[in-house]
Amino acid sequence: MKSGLIIFFIKRAIQDIFNNRFLHAVTITTIALSILIVSAFGLFLSNAGDIMDSWKKGIRIMAYLDKDVELKQIAELEQKILDLYGVADIRFISKAEALQQLKAEMNRQTSLFEDLKENPLPDVFEVQMMASTQNWEKIEVLAAQIERLPHVGGVEYGQHWLGRVIGIFNLFKFTGIVMACIFFMASVLIVANTIRLLFYSRQQELEIMRLVGATDGFIKAPFYIESVIQGILGGITGILVLFVIFWVITSNVEQDFSAGFFNLRFLPVGMFLGIIFGSMFAGWLGCYLSLKQFLKV
Amino acid sequence: MQFCGQHRKITTKYLLFLLSGQTVFSTFNNHTGKTEGMNEHHRENTIIRMFHVYKRYGAKNALVDISIDVRKNEMLLVTGPSGAGKSTLLKLLYLGEPVSEGQILIEGINLSRISNKRIPFLRRKFGIIFQDYKLIPTKTVFDNIAMVLEVTGESFRFIQKKVSSVLRTVGMEGKLNAFPPSLSGGEQQRVAVARAVVGDPKIILADEPTGSLDSESASIIMGLLKGFHDRGTTVIIATHDHEIIRKTKGRALYLKEGSIQSEDVKPTKKRPITI
Ligand SMILES: Nc1ncnc2c1ncn2[C@@H]1O[C@H](COP(=O)(O)OP(=O)(O)OP(=O)(O)O)[C@@H](O)[C@H]1O
Ligand SMILES: [Mg+2]
Repeated sequence: MKSGLIIFFIKRAIQDIFNNRFLHAVTITTIALSILIVSAFGLFLSNAGDIMDSWKKGIRIMAYLDKDVELKQIAELEQKILDLYGVADIRFISKAEALQQLKAEMNRQTSLFEDLKENPLPDVFEVQMMASTQNWEKIEVLAAQIERLPHVGGVEYGQHWLGRVIGIFNLFKFTGIVMACIFFMASVLIVANTIRLLFYSRQQELEIMRLVGATDGFIKAPFYIESVIQGILGGITGILVLFVIFWVITSNVEQDFSAGFFNLRFLPVGMFLGIIFGSMFAGWLGCYLSLKQFLKV
Repeated sequence: MQFCGQHRKITTKYLLFLLSGQTVFSTFNNHTGKTEGMNEHHRENTIIRMFHVYKRYGAKNALVDISIDVRKNEMLLVTGPSGAGKSTLLKLLYLGEPVSEGQILIEGINLSRISNKRIPFLRRKFGIIFQDYKLIPTKTVFDNIAMVLEVTGESFRFIQKKVSSVLRTVGMEGKLNAFPPSLSGGEQQRVAVARAVVGDPKIILADEPTGSLDSESASIIMGLLKGFHDRGTTVIIATHDHEIIRKTKGRALYLKEGSIQSEDVKPTKKRPITI
């Protein structure tokens, strides 16, 4: 009986959406556009986040040692660094090795090095971090710890540019959240307005339903189902459009440009479900606000 | 605040009523000519009880001090000139309008105490034929009638059977899928009757059920209402159609400017009452 009633309501709601298809089409399109914009931003952020992660994975902390550090002290230092939390591996590169490497890399300009009387490069520890430490804040903390150790002259981990990029990325993230909120509210308002219009257009009908003994719940249920369906349809449409755009772009661009650098992915499942749920909730909330205004007896 | 004051007034009236040894009833009895011994029986069988009911629209008194009891399975005719308050009287019963003063009890339920949640269930006791039909123009005849059963959560199969059967009863089975605006006045009225009776209500309220009908259609509808009355339904008909009043057996209540001018009981086949 209960499930029969739910099916009855859903049938009614779908029939009603069909009867008012223009109104619903406008609403669903508006929601779909909001979802498209928000999810496009989400797509950008999730991919940018992936790229950022891959960059962070490559990060090594280079600890430059002071000049004239004795071998014994170097061994001690190596142990101290290894003991730090989050350090996975460590490699010692002597200044001679470093110079050789430099020369190899710049083999055309070897003449540059011929005049050098003394090796200007310092000894270096290349510190690799454990997977769990590959997070910007933790890297910074670890680098500071290493820098405080004796005989360490300085550390470098690409902070100058990566830090800034991460800052910009976080700003984008924040903008994305604000944008999602704004578009969420827009969706709620458009659904509320649609329900209000439907309510006005059906006032006579609803009044008659009340007179023959319809409960408030019976009267409200189709509106709720309609607005949730609007939300879901809007959400799915928006994401579908985004997927088509994404597919067109990636299938044209990937081979020649981004192949080796990064793998573009579509929205992660969590974000996808979140967006659909969000638009569904927007529909529900719009209906709730609209009906609250009408049905407070 | 006003409401509380009103309540107090009502309670005092009730007390006075109890203390005064049923003065109200004795006036009733004078009118109806019933014997004293019928009181208990009368009370048990009362389905609607109106007690000093007033209805005001702004300064306008639509109903003034109405006290009536309606027995189960009674046929009550409410008559009177236009504007006398016939429709208003029916509206108060199904809470289409709140009373301004006084009390109404439907099967022992006090309408001034009923919670909003219970109102739909109260209304399901009634089958109402509205003076203006109140059919939904955008729904088919079938859907208009089915609605009454849908709100109570009946299964689709049952609804289909029941609606078809009442449509046959009113002779409208051919217009199942028609929309009300495409029907004649008489046909719409018959659909309205079908909707009123489809839920097997305890009480039928018919407001000018023959309003703008020719005498032939009118007698079809009156025949239907009498048929439901014969099967045990309480029927209240508001009308100023003298033909109906003359032909229909039952109690007739004559309203004028909102108050009861006279009551007149004619013998019914089922329940003969000697005057
Ligand atoms: N909603 C309303 N607002 C203000 N006045 C009203 C309202 N409804 C009815 N009235 C007034 O109350 C009085 C009784 O109206 P009612 O409709 O009960 O009369 P009636 O006996 O049914 O008349 P008719 O035979 O024409 O249907 C009338 O004077 C009418 O103008
Ligand atoms: Mg009237």
